[in-house]
Amino acid sequence: MLKTFTLGGVHPPENKISATSKIVEMHTPKNVVVPLVQHLGAPAKSIVAKGDIVKTGQLIAQSSGFVSANIHSPVSGKVLKIDKALNSSGYKSDAIFITVEGDEWVDNIDRTDKLINEIKFSKQEIISKIADAGIVGLGGATFPSHVKTTLPKGKKADYLIINGVECEPYLTADHLLMLEKTEELFVGTELLMKALDVSKAIIGIENNKSDAIKKMQEVSKKFNSISVQPLKVKYPQGGEKQLIEAITKRKVPSGGLPIDIGAVVFNVGSVYAIYEAVQKNKPLIDRIVTVTGKTLKSPSNFKVKIGTMIGELIDMAGGLPEDTGKIINGGPMMGKSVASTEIPIVKGSSGILIMPENESKRKETEPCIRCSKCVGVCPMGLEPYLLSALGEKSLFDRLESDKVMDCIECGSCSYVCPSGRPLLDYIRFGKTNVGKIIRSRK
Amino acid sequence: MSKLITVSPSPHIHSGQSVEKLMFGVIIAMLPALAVSVYFFGMGAIYVTLVSVVSCMLFEYLIQKYLLKTTPRITDGSAIVTGMLLAFNLPSSLPLHIIIIGALVSIGIGKMTFGGLGNNPFNPALVGRVFLLLSFPTRMTKYAVAKGFQTPVLIGEDNLDASTGATPLGMIKEGLVGNETVQSVLKDAGIKYGDFFWGNIGGSLGEIAGFALIIGLAFMLIRKIITWHIPISVLGSVFIFTGLLWVFGYEGHSYIIDKWGLNIPYIQYLDHDLGVKAPFHMADPVFHILTGGLLLGAIFMATDYVTSPMTPKGQIIFGTGIGVITVAIRVFGAYPEGVSFAILIMNGFTPLINRYVKPKRFGE
Repeated sequence: MLKTFTLGGVHPPENKISATSKIVEMHTPKNVVVPLVQHLGAPAKSIVAKGDIVKTGQLIAQSSGFVSANIHSPVSGKVLKIDKALNSSGYKSDAIFITVEGDEWVDNIDRTDKLINEIKFSKQEIISKIADAGIVGLGGATFPSHVKTTLPKGKKADYLIINGVECEPYLTADHLLMLEKTEELFVGTELLMKALDVSKAIIGIENNKSDAIKKMQEVSKKFNSISVQPLKVKYPQGGEKQLIEAITKRKVPSGGLPIDIGAVVFNVGSVYAIYEAVQKNKPLIDRIVTVTGKTLKSPSNFKVKIGTMIGELIDMAGGLPEDTGKIINGGPMMGKSVASTEIPIVKGSSGILIMPENESKRKETEPCIRCSKCVGVCPMGLEPYLLSALGEKSLFDRLESDKVMDCIECGSCSYVCPSGRPLLDYIRFGKTNVGKIIRSRK
Repeated sequence: MSKLITVSPSPHIHSGQSVEKLMFGVIIAMLPALAVSVYFFGMGAIYVTLVSVVSCMLFEYLIQKYLLKTTPRITDGSAIVTGMLLAFNLPSSLPLHIIIIGALVSIGIGKMTFGGLGNNPFNPALVGRVFLLLSFPTRMTKYAVAKGFQTPVLIGEDNLDASTGATPLGMIKEGLVGNETVQSVLKDAGIKYGDFFWGNIGGSLGEIAGFALIIGLAFMLIRKIITWHIPISVLGSVFIFTGLLWVFGYEGHSYIIDKWGLNIPYIQYLDHDLGVKAPFHMADPVFHILTGGLLLGAIFMATDYVTSPMTPKGQIIFGTGIGVITVAIRVFGAYPEGVSFAILIMNGFTPLINRYVKPKRFGE
C-alpha cells in the first residue's frame, strides 16, 4: 500500500531525465577547492599549510566542535593555498586549494568494489568511524551524521528511516545509488541500526522509482529487520518531518527533533557514505551528483570528487548550452542558483541543473487575490500569504507567533501562487530575523 | 562565461497557474447557468449580461487609468467575473441605466475605492446588487415571466406589471402571512419542485436553474478553482436550519410540539405578531435550497477569493454563518430573500476569522 504525508504538498513535473544514465566515475580534476564549511555547524579547522603534500583520504581540516565535521583531501597533491573561495550561496569562505599530483592514497582505504557484509564493530566504534570520516547528511541539510547517531540522554529511537524519496524534480543521484549500490545500502543501514540500537529500519521510496523499489524489495528479503515502503509521489515528501509522518504517522512537534518521537532519518547517500567509512575506511571524499537539464546534451549521474568545479561537470555532460539562463546547485524547488561555474562541489551538492533562458525568469508579480492556495499546499500547516506580508512589513513578533520558524522552505507556496508572488523570499527574510531574535534571548 | 545568467532564490519553477486562468475558469463555470437563463429569458438575459460585463470592464479601465493613474489591468478577467455575477443577480427585465449604475457601484465603490483586485472587503457584485435593491426596490423584484425568446426586453418603464411575476420565495412570503400553506401557494402558481431544478421559475438571471449551477460547482471543484468548504457549509447549514424549523413548525407536525411540551420562541413571536393562533407554516429544506439565490450565492458569490476566509476551518465558519443568516432573513425577516445580505455580513467578519482561525499546524 502506498503511503504519503497528510498536510499540503504539490506535484511539480518530475522531469527525471537522467534516471536511465548509469553512474559514471568522473576523472580526477587538475585542481580542487575544498571549502572548510561543508556542513551545518562550526567550520572545520585547517591542519595543513601551503606547500604541504597530501594523500587522497588524508585529514586536512579538523572538526572544531561537537556539531562540526572533519574534511579529508579528495585528491593527492600539493596544497596550493588556503584562501577565500566563492560558494554556492554567493559568498566567499575559506577553502583549501589543492593541485593534483600523482595518485597516492591513505594506506588503509579499501578501494575495491568488494561487498563487505560482516559487521565487526561495536556501536561506539561505528559512531567514531562515522565522525572520523566526516560524514554529513548528503540529502542537502549536511547535518553531521555522528551527532545524529549520538542520541541525547534519555531518548530512544524506535525507527530508523532511510530517505530514498528524492522528491526534487530532475534529481536522480539517490535513485541511481539505490539501483547500483543496493546491497551496500542495506549493510550501511544495519550499521546505523547497531549504532542507534534500533530493531526496525524502513526505507521510503517514491513510487516513480519502481525499478529501485523492486530491486530494494528483492534485496530486503535477506534482511529481516529492514523493509521497503513505497510512497505516493508528492513534494516535499523527502522533508524529514513529512517522511517520518508518511511512514510512521508520528509527527515531530513544532520546534522539536525527530528523536523526540523516536525516529532518526538518514538519506541513502549518507548511508552509502557510512558503509564506505565503516567497512572500507574511506572518508567522505566523493559523492554522486546529477548533472541535468532539458537543454543539456547528455544529462548524467557522476561520481565526483569533492572540490571539483561545477563547470567541469557541466563540460562532462556536454557543455553549457547556448541559451542557458540559470545554473542551479541542487533541484529546482530548493536548490540555489549560482552566478558562476567556478564553484566547487561540496558534500551537500546533490545535483547541477541547467535551466534555459525562457524558464529562468520569474513571472510578473500580481496582487494577492487571497485564493488561499498557499495555505492549502503548505506541508507545515502555515499561512504563507500572511507570513510573507508580515515579513514584508518586518513584523517579527507576529511572525514568531504565527510559527514562521516551522517553515521548511520547501517553496510549495511560491510554486503554486497564481499571482507569482515571492512568498518564500519574504518568509525567509522573516525567518532569518526571527531566528536572530530568538538566539539573542538565550 | 561571457553572458549574464539569472540568480534568484528558490523555487526556480512555477506551477503556471495565474489569476487569468482562475478567473476564466470561473467564467466557464458560469456558462451553463447563463445558457439556461438565455433559454428562459431570451434576449433579455443576453442584454443584461452584456451591458453589465461591458460597463464593469469600462469602469475598471477608466478608474485605473484616470483616477488611480495606474496601468489598467482589465485583462485579468476579474472585472468580467464581477460583471457576470452582477448580471446573474439582476432580473432580465431591468432598464439600461439601472444596470450601468449597478456596475458603477460594484466596480467603483465595491472594488476600486479599496485599492482594486485583492483589497476589497465586500463582494463587489453584491455591493452593486444590494445598492440597486435598496434604490430600485420595485424594478429589482419584478421578474419577467419566462417565455424564452418571446420574453419581452423591458428597457423602458412600460408594461412593468403585465408580464412580470414574483419569485417562489416572494410568493411564499406573502402567502404564508396570508395564512395559506406552502403547498397551496405553489399549487395556485402552478409551480412544481422540478421547475426549481430546471429553471422554469421567476428570478434573477443566474439563480433560476439549480442543475446548471451545480454543473458549475462540479467544474470548479474538479479544476481545483475552489474547495468544497464554503459551498457545502452554506448549503448544509441552510438544510439543517430550515429542516429543524420545518420539522418543529410544520402544520402536520405541530402535535409534536404539544406532546413534548416544547415551547419554541418563534411560534409565540408569530402568534403575537399576527394576532392569530395560526399554525406556523414553513417550507421544507429542499425548497429553501433550490429557490432564490442560495445556490448561486453558495457556489459563485460566497466563494469569491478576496472576500472569503483563507483557512478551511475559517471557510466552514464563514459558510455556516451565511447559511444561518440567510434562513433568519428568509423566515423571520421582512425580505423574502437573504443570501446577498448574509454574504455581505459574513464578508465583514472575514478579516476577524482570518485573524483568529488558524490552519491545522503540522504536529498538532
